[in-house]
Amino acid sequence: MAELDKLQGQHLDVLREVGNIGAGNAATALSGLLSKKIDMNVPAIKVVGFNELMEYVGGPEQVIVSVFLRIQGDAPGNMFFVLSPEEASSLVTELTGATADNLEENELAISAISEIGNILSGSYLSALSDFTSINMQPTVPNVAIDMAAAILMQGLLEMSQENDYAIIIDTTIEEEVQQSKESIKGHFFLLPDPDSFDEIFQALGVEVE
Amino acid sequence: MTTIETVEKVGIADLKVTKIPNLLKTSGLGSCVGVVIYEQSIAGLAHVMLPDSTTSSKGITNPMKYADTAIDLLLDQLLSEGTRKSRLKAKIAGGAHMFSFQSNNNMLKIGERNVEAVLNKLKEHNIPVIAQDVGGDKGRTIEFNIYTSMLEVRTVKSGVTQI
Repeated sequence: MAELDKLQGQHLDVLREVGNIGAGNAATALSGLLSKKIDMNVPAIKVVGFNELMEYVGGPEQVIVSVFLRIQGDAPGNMFFVLSPEEASSLVTELTGATADNLEENELAISAISEIGNILSGSYLSALSDFTSINMQPTVPNVAIDMAAAILMQGLLEMSQENDYAIIIDTTIEEEVQQSKESIKGHFFLLPDPDSFDEIFQALGVEVE
Repeated sequence: MTTIETVEKVGIADLKVTKIPNLLKTSGLGSCVGVVIYEQSIAGLAHVMLPDSTTSSKGITNPMKYADTAIDLLLDQLLSEGTRKSRLKAKIAGGAHMFSFQSNNNMLKIGERNVEAVLNKLKEHNIPVIAQDVGGDKGRTIEFNIYTSMLEVRTVKSGVTQI
């Protein structure tokens, strides 16, 4: 495994590109679903301690709606699509026309969120897989609505075996705002397993020490 | 009482020992387990992530991360404060199974394994477990009050309980 604490500028550039390619394709997919323009922000590569990461997402107790899936294949890892409960409700309403309060008890809403997560993560991963020629397959997605720390730590377990920090590729996609309307923002968190970084760097022609 | 109580916050893969009237708190336990070891006027809390320190091939960078090493460390700190081991008791919470999908990835069962490792380690030290709130699919925030020896467990899905 590459010494992840020795990641340099060029490595971070590669990871940023990974986020760009993946989320770009996911944004296109969401744009198709909603028939709206979707913007994508520049990916943020976070190399942070676990507690720092929780602060980054709004605190360990912050309630989030997440679609989680495990990536299998030659560069295994974890992926989350994360929304705030309010944003998830709006997204469901836009898609289904139904109001979606009280998400947890609303089976239709949960199933819609799961499907959106599935489509978007699938677009993200297939673009990434094409670009890198690395075989990656997502598992069936799982929706959870709970505290951020409780959910996100599940995706950090592989990393935490050997390291005390997380490397996260965070890309935000956002509905283009109409006047006086709140936009819906969703985060993709891609968390490759420690050994997958070598695979990704090599596929994109960056030397690993 | 004129002493002002403070809430000592314990992070992920972290531990702390404090005395009355302070409270001990850790937030957002999922598959992680919060272990409180206490006696009348003093208590310690560890937020453990993983069951077993011997599986790390790089060596242990943070002993507070693993059930076995974190509990040893917590006990050391409590004993160095003059507590007697025979008077110590424990309460634990966490070890949830946040996601329920089919996979051969044994990381998905980590909550269960964490709880088992914690219980084994406490047994090894002859520390009785007075109460536990473990498993399920919910995140937990816990707060321990040394004065009452009660552990408050807060969840998003099923409210607040005292154990």
